[in-house]
Amino acid sequence: MPRNEPTEVTGEWDGERSSKRRKAMRYAVPVAVAGVTAATIGLVPAFAGSGSPDLPKISAQDLIAKIAKSDVQQLSGTVQVTTDLGLPALPAGMGAGGFGGGQGRDGAGGAASPQSKLTELASGTHTLRVAVDGPDKQRVSIVGNSADYTLIHNGKDVWAYDSGSNSAVHHTAPRDAHHGAHRGAPEGLSKGLQNATPQDLAKEALKAAGDTTSVTVGDTAKVAGRDAYQLVIKPKQAASTVGSIRVAVDAANGVPLKFTLTPKSGGPAAIDVGYTRVDFARPAADTFAFTPPKGAKVVNGDRAAEQAAREHGKELKGLKDHKGLDGHKGPKGGGFQVIGKGWTSIATLKTPAGPGGKDQLAKGDAGKFLDSLGSKVTGSFGSGHLFSTRLVNALMTDDGTVYVGAVDKQALIAAADAAKK
Amino acid sequence: MLRADLLRSEIATTFRRWRTLVLLAVLAGVPVLVGVAVRIQTGRHAGGGGGPAFLAGIAGNGLFLVFTALAVTLPVFLPMAVGVVAGDALAGEAHTGTLRYLLVAPAGRTRLLCAKLVTVVAFCLAGTLVVALSALATGALLFPLGKVTLLSGTSISFGEGLLRALAIAGVVALSLLGVAALGLFVSTLTDSGVAAMATTVGLVLTAQILDGIPQLQAIQPYLFPHYWLSFADLLRDPVYLDGILRNLGLQALYAAVFGSAAWARFTTRDITA
Repeated sequence: MPRNEPTEVTGEWDGERSSKRRKAMRYAVPVAVAGVTAATIGLVPAFAGSGSPDLPKISAQDLIAKIAKSDVQQLSGTVQVTTDLGLPALPAGMGAGGFGGGQGRDGAGGAASPQSKLTELASGTHTLRVAVDGPDKQRVSIVGNSADYTLIHNGKDVWAYDSGSNSAVHHTAPRDAHHGAHRGAPEGLSKGLQNATPQDLAKEALKAAGDTTSVTVGDTAKVAGRDAYQLVIKPKQAASTVGSIRVAVDAANGVPLKFTLTPKSGGPAAIDVGYTRVDFARPAADTFAFTPPKGAKVVNGDRAAEQAAREHGKELKGLKDHKGLDGHKGPKGGGFQVIGKGWTSIATLKTPAGPGGKDQLAKGDAGKFLDSLGSKVTGSFGSGHLFSTRLVNALMTDDGTVYVGAVDKQALIAAADAAKK
Repeated sequence: MLRADLLRSEIATTFRRWRTLVLLAVLAGVPVLVGVAVRIQTGRHAGGGGGPAFLAGIAGNGLFLVFTALAVTLPVFLPMAVGVVAGDALAGEAHTGTLRYLLVAPAGRTRLLCAKLVTVVAFCLAGTLVVALSALATGALLFPLGKVTLLSGTSISFGEGLLRALAIAGVVALSLLGVAALGLFVSTLTDSGVAAMATTVGLVLTAQILDGIPQLQAIQPYLFPHYWLSFADLLRDPVYLDGILRNLGLQALYAAVFGSAAWARFTTRDITA
């Protein structure tokens, strides 16, 4: 044999065979390591998911009461937010830019603007770290790539800090109402981010209940290592695009731990917000302390908001002079209204159609653009374009009326037909 | 021959090699380059949001150059250097014909492989430390030092900042374990040092490209570079460990799989050169 045998091999006779076997056995080690890991990755989540702890039976009403009664004031944890609304991916910053007006100016908005962060949360998966100590102290951090966006509410101070731009926005909580409250108002923004916690989402969902909704108790589940009941909320109205809403409620203290909204069309949840880790101990007091770091750009949010409101007002006045908006008041009285109730409410909005508007929409470049985005539909209302996402559908008729709702296409067309009659 | 002797001679041979020294010099040069560039540009424009992580913080605090330098070198320079050293470890010896002499000594193949692995890991650590120390020196020379602002807006003392920088360097060095084991495995497959190095570096780049394609989200959590930049989580307040633990777990997995694969290959192959 011209080849060298491995040094460990001593027997010349069955060297060939035993070396082959040895080879196979040695290669089995990496294969086994990889296999065991793959099995662990595959099976552990399955076990964790199917773990339905044994809990005493509870009625839906009692469970809702349990949530309402829950007086947990202190907690800290990690929240995972996954949204899959089926929206086309927006280029970064576009959502924020859409807020328009004076936001971008004077650094009032900029990178530290809570609004732009909220729009970011509207798609993909994000990790939030939350800490709450009573109604006066809250903190939310959005974990970004090598960056953090932190919102701290402590007493009358609300701070927003963005590490990416090293800028902070400061608001003082009690302030004269309605003063630029439509943008950058601290109460508004901290509520906006709190809405991302399961508690508030659950409350919102329950508010929507009524004779239009079935509320039942589903299988028990384990969320963030805690035993939980699951409240299952389903719309009774057939036209709704919402399949079901599941709220996992901590069996011990009634805190909602997970909120999942599944569209009727199936597939992954459209909205999934839940704790991956939760601790009901009081967070350390310095968690809520914030002093702007040296060198950070600090914006007085209150003043910036006032200024933005003022400039926005100017712009609005300017816009009113523009003729195109005259059509807004339209011959039909126009404006915004809601038809239907419960899950199948449809919002209607009359947009400027004006003379020739129909032709422009149908034939012009805009028409082509609309064709590429939505599908063309016709009915006794005329014709229009239908835009659909996984949850929300919208119908824009050629005469400029927009119907939007979490309802299926037929319901939108029926609404448009009814409006025409 | 004692194991310690074998290990010592391996480490000495590797770190005395010109190629290794040049690699370390290149690694040391990166932070200087970044630091000087930032220094020249400071004041000309009030830093936008772009560029590598932590770049904006350098002008205010030289310690941030350590974080930036590690964030810049981790995706390419460090794994490339580790890939060169690991890929060359056995294939290079086989190529020059010295491997059979090493095996004539009664050290045993497993032991030799262990010595090679430890040497590569030592190089991971050395490379990371060279980057960190060079960045620290450059940062201290060109920029003010002082209180460190964490990602959450909290300020910590410079000493505590140094400790965090050290922890980050440790995590970055451990992040390279996967590449080290992969390179060593590739090195057992061939008798050409150049081929092994090129393959390892190619695999590193391929994994990074795959990690950047959004359509491949399903497999990305299992690619070794996926959690590399999670070391930044050490700069949050409180420290966020999930990503770092996932990264270290993944590196341990790669080290176990490819380390044992290298062992299986090296102890059973025929060595002709």
